Amino acid sequence: MHEISLADNVLQIIEDAASKQGFGRVRTVWLEIGQLACVEPESLRFSFAEVTRDSIAQQARLEIIEIKGQGWCDKCARDVPLPALYEACPNCGSYQIKVTGGDQMRVRELEVE
Amino acid sequence: MMCTTCGCGIGQSLIAGHALGKPRKAGGALRFRARQEDIVQPQRGTQQHAVLDFGAGAAGTHAPGISQSRMVKIERDILARNNDYAAENRHYFSAHGIFALNLVSSPGSGKTTLLVKTIAALHGAQPLAVIEGDQQTDNDAARIRAAGAPALQINTGKGCHLDASMVGQALQRLGLPDDSLLLIENVGNLVCPAGFDLGEAHKVVILSVTEGEDKPLKYSDMFRAADLMLLNKCDLLPYLEFDAGLAVDYARRINPGLKVIRISASSGEGMTEWLEWITTGCRNAVAAKSRIAEPEALLE
Repeated sequence: MHEISLADNVLQIIEDAASKQGFGRVRTVWLEIGQLACVEPESLRFSFAEVTRDSIAQQARLEIIEIKGQGWCDKCARDVPLPALYEACPNCGSYQIKVTGGDQMRVRELEVE
Repeated sequence: MMCTTCGCGIGQSLIAGHALGKPRKAGGALRFRARQEDIVQPQRGTQQHAVLDFGAGAAGTHAPGISQSRMVKIERDILARNNDYAAENRHYFSAHGIFALNLVSSPGSGKTTLLVKTIAALHGAQPLAVIEGDQQTDNDAARIRAAGAPALQINTGKGCHLDASMVGQALQRLGLPDDSLLLIENVGNLVCPAGFDLGEAHKVVILSVTEGEDKPLKYSDMFRAADLMLLNKCDLLPYLEFDAGLAVDYARRINPGLKVIRISASSGEGMTEWLEWITTGCRNAVAAKSRIAEPEALLE
């Protein structure tokens, strides 16, 4: 979805940081993308290359760190891995699972010069 | 901020036919055709299809090495800016006792017809207004106005969802009376609007029985983000092979706490329950406003 929009937000976060911390060029950008986040990493890569053209992040390397989806199974009363929202609990087969992690989309850090 | 996934070009978003505001970079239209050298090759080297633990993956590539580069911690949500605007909208709603709903669905689910019937039922009893989101045309806002409610049309141009900043600008033009109901009809799209908080009290997802039962599984993000599902066009069930129970079951796999109302804007089935749900929400919003306002009154 809307990966151009997201890539544009990433660039804004980078530009904000550049004006506050005084760096001129970005070499690498690390993003944390949860398995359950509504973003398609490959589409985000493509969009990022597009929106960063002629910016301080032009040709920056994009490293996407995938964070595993996590849920809480009400029936088992414990944390379970949840690779997709439509998955059942691997232990008991229940769908009564609350997402507890792996839905984030964050800019973690930058390598700059 | 504007999503241009569906096309290219910036500056086509309109509120009531007027330009939305300046694009972030003047003349910075996004060109959609990447030059070959700009396309980042997918999944190179050790990152290929690896599911990396928090912190483990980057270690191998993190070291700045012998170059003069340095690391800068950011730790910021990609949607932080939208979320900031959404928080402003939410604050505005709570300070004025406004109950705001973000209505999301595929195109053709019957959202606008449902809104028209809802407005007709609440007319005179409840102050309300509508923000209409569509890529193009003022048609839906015109239908809402004809039903007797103030409506403001946001055209997203090539964009595929409303964002919180657009809604904030619309709010400045609407001048809603206190204790209003605000119905925001998002762009017909089950994907993008899921990620963009507008400051609403609830997302309401509308699924019509002329669609597939498995849409909640196919578009799980939206069904997870919603608090209420309206299963619309239920008057057509006798003529279809749609299994309503299965659709509800799929939706609750994604979102166990999802409330469901079976409804038909045409026959009126389920309208009472839907209107009661709205009325309760409005009453709670007004009560919450009073609780916020009282401590301020004491200071005056």
